[in-house]
Amino acid sequence: MTGSFDTEKAVSREEALQPQMVTVEIAGKSFRVPAGITLMKALWYTGHEVTRGAGCLGGFCGACATYYRTKDDPKVKTCLGCSHAVEDGMSFSFAPAFPARKATYDLNELENPKQDLFKLYPEAPLCRNCNACTEACPQQIDVREGVWKAVFGDFKAVSETFMDCVMCGMCVPVCIADIAPNLVGVYASRAYGVREMEKPPGLSDRIQAIADGEYADDWERILKMSDDELQQTSATIKS
Amino acid sequence: MEIQALHDVVHNSRDARRQQTLPKLSPAERDTLIKKFHPDHREAAYRPVAFGPNEGDMTVRELASVLEGDSVVPDDLSLTPHYEADVLVVGGGGAGCAAALHAHGQGAKVLLATKLRLGDSNSVMAQGGMQIAVAPNDSPVQHFLDTLKGGHMKNDHELLKTMVEEGPSIAKWLLELGVLFDRDDDGNLHVKKGGGSTKARLLTCSDYTGLEIMRVLKDEVLNRKIQLLEFAAAVELLSDEQGACTGAVFQDLDNKRFLVVAAKTVILATGGIGRLHIQGFPTSNHYGATGDGLVLAYRIGAPLVQIDTFQYHPSGGVYPEQLVGQLVTEGIRSEGGHLVNGRGERFVNELDTRDVVSSSIIRECEEGRGVRMPTGRVGVWLDTPLLEAEHGEGTLDKHFPAMVRQYARYGVDIRKDPVLIYPTLHYQNGGVKIDVNGETSVKNLFVAGETSGGLHGRNRLMGNSLLDLMVFGKRSGLTVAERVQTMSHGSLTLNHLQRFRAEAKKHRVTNQVTSPVVLPAYAEQP
Repeated sequence: MTGSFDTEKAVSREEALQPQMVTVEIAGKSFRVPAGITLMKALWYTGHEVTRGAGCLGGFCGACATYYRTKDDPKVKTCLGCSHAVEDGMSFSFAPAFPARKATYDLNELENPKQDLFKLYPEAPLCRNCNACTEACPQQIDVREGVWKAVFGDFKAVSETFMDCVMCGMCVPVCIADIAPNLVGVYASRAYGVREMEKPPGLSDRIQAIADGEYADDWERILKMSDDELQQTSATIKS
Repeated sequence: MEIQALHDVVHNSRDARRQQTLPKLSPAERDTLIKKFHPDHREAAYRPVAFGPNEGDMTVRELASVLEGDSVVPDDLSLTPHYEADVLVVGGGGAGCAAALHAHGQGAKVLLATKLRLGDSNSVMAQGGMQIAVAPNDSPVQHFLDTLKGGHMKNDHELLKTMVEEGPSIAKWLLELGVLFDRDDDGNLHVKKGGGSTKARLLTCSDYTGLEIMRVLKDEVLNRKIQLLEFAAAVELLSDEQGACTGAVFQDLDNKRFLVVAAKTVILATGGIGRLHIQGFPTSNHYGATGDGLVLAYRIGAPLVQIDTFQYHPSGGVYPEQLVGQLVTEGIRSEGGHLVNGRGERFVNELDTRDVVSSSIIRECEEGRGVRMPTGRVGVWLDTPLLEAEHGEGTLDKHFPAMVRQYARYGVDIRKDPVLIYPTLHYQNGGVKIDVNGETSVKNLFVAGETSGGLHGRNRLMGNSLLDLMVFGKRSGLTVAERVQTMSHGSLTLNHLQRFRAEAKKHRVTNQVTSPVVLPAYAEQP
């Protein structure tokens, strides 16, 4: 099991030995690759050196935003290349970094975050409801709804809508109003956390207790112990 | 056997298993199990390092080889700086961002360099949460003892005390930046119980804790207009005549040119080593986790600690093939998910520490009680539908949306069927030796996060990594910000590299690789 991952190759032996090969088109050029591997592995398998467009490889960082189309289907879809499998007849291209404009702000200095949204992102209220952003989202987030919630000032709802957002930015190039919905989402979500949410009451008490040396006696007792005594103490702690 | 028939073993045994409680192992039993089955104890995978600060110390062959490797930088490289900064932060994950924000907040001129994009890291993938003793029935002392027990009593006490005591103020800092931790009805931070912990202590943002933290930190680094150097790989450090660190040499990944950065202080926050595939294991780590910081620190003379121990996370994906090595969140076990072998039996208390659980999974598989898939891979079941049965329908959608999505992409519905797992290379327990401010034995060279060592002992407790990143990112950032006010730039030399090369020659090291590795060589060569 452990030795079966061939560190020199993008694709493990099991995958490479699969009799089934499929034809895919990568950035306009045709290649044969083992069925079922991810689009990212297909890049490596076909000898592409990847320096951009690869990040966590686990579907969380949004580096590998990809456009793809399946056989005979005119619809161009989006996915994260590290977490999507090849199919026969598929055509795909990794998306280049899109030059979206990010507003900069100090959340504590803003006068009224809900109004300031329109200064920082004046294009946000210009959404024309085309829904292209929602269709472009590889995380199936209702992006259009999120933008409207931001415009209406329901930042709590925005934070919930965009919790799954990996910031791949696929919603940005499709927007006919030039909105960067993911950036609007981060702004609204952070503004909700910083300006609207109550701070947890117990937390400051705990910070104060530590500062006041409330645990000093415990520390003194513990840190004097030998390794054996420590081991016994840790072993006897019950949940 | 068809996959459905394999699933049925889990479905059919579920009710009986729900009646069962499995005790945690005694210290002696843990020891025996780990020595027999944990990959850290496979002697054939280890060898001594030939020369340098850790000469003679045992480590895995993959790491020994890169530590002894040669630099890509020629002796006579022109060292006229392209950039100058008070503080050079290498790495754009959690520790790097925390260090950069804290140093910048104190007025230091910060340059953050990373070989991928800002934020591309392991931090962004952390799902299980962040251990901080905030609950009324908990305390930093309990957190200390749990961590020590998890680390087999080998943790550096001073580093550990520092981390657990600063935890609550880190929670405060992140809340003030807008991180949306899960809350209880009374507004307090919601805490979940993690493997190896006696108290519920994990702060979470559903199962997107790392993503939420990194979205916020990245946004803040950009808001502050901290200078960034992306797609630039650190390939060598720079030192002055006294041996203090004075900057670094980078290689631009696009045009391969060398870039020289002069800095009064350097903070290495380059993360772990998973992509070196220690002992041939698949890994949960991100694309750039190639141990670069260890190599750079070693060549300039900083000793490493506990480099013979790695964490193999119990739940790496086994099936479908696209998910091999990828992490399946520990949260499933925290919420009561069972591990089940091919006979439908539980075989370990699922909330035991990661090394115990991993060792027991390896034992089941090596002794023939694993489950073999049509792809040839072997693993054990993680009973996800149990959570729906136990806590009600919709539980997985509500608490584990990322995992539901992760599997749904490949047509697996974890609400209805269990998932197959096997340990995956997850974390480098050891690393560069640091003090409580993150400083190494090389003056003005700091290390924060996974690249550092000592804090976690021989096994990192779940949820302690996110806290480690934040605490030591913060402390190193604040320490350097103060120090740079009263110092000037040092001279830029490669003296340490020349010494290192002379030593390699003296020890007749053959087949020397070029290191750091920077990115794994996955592209098929013609």
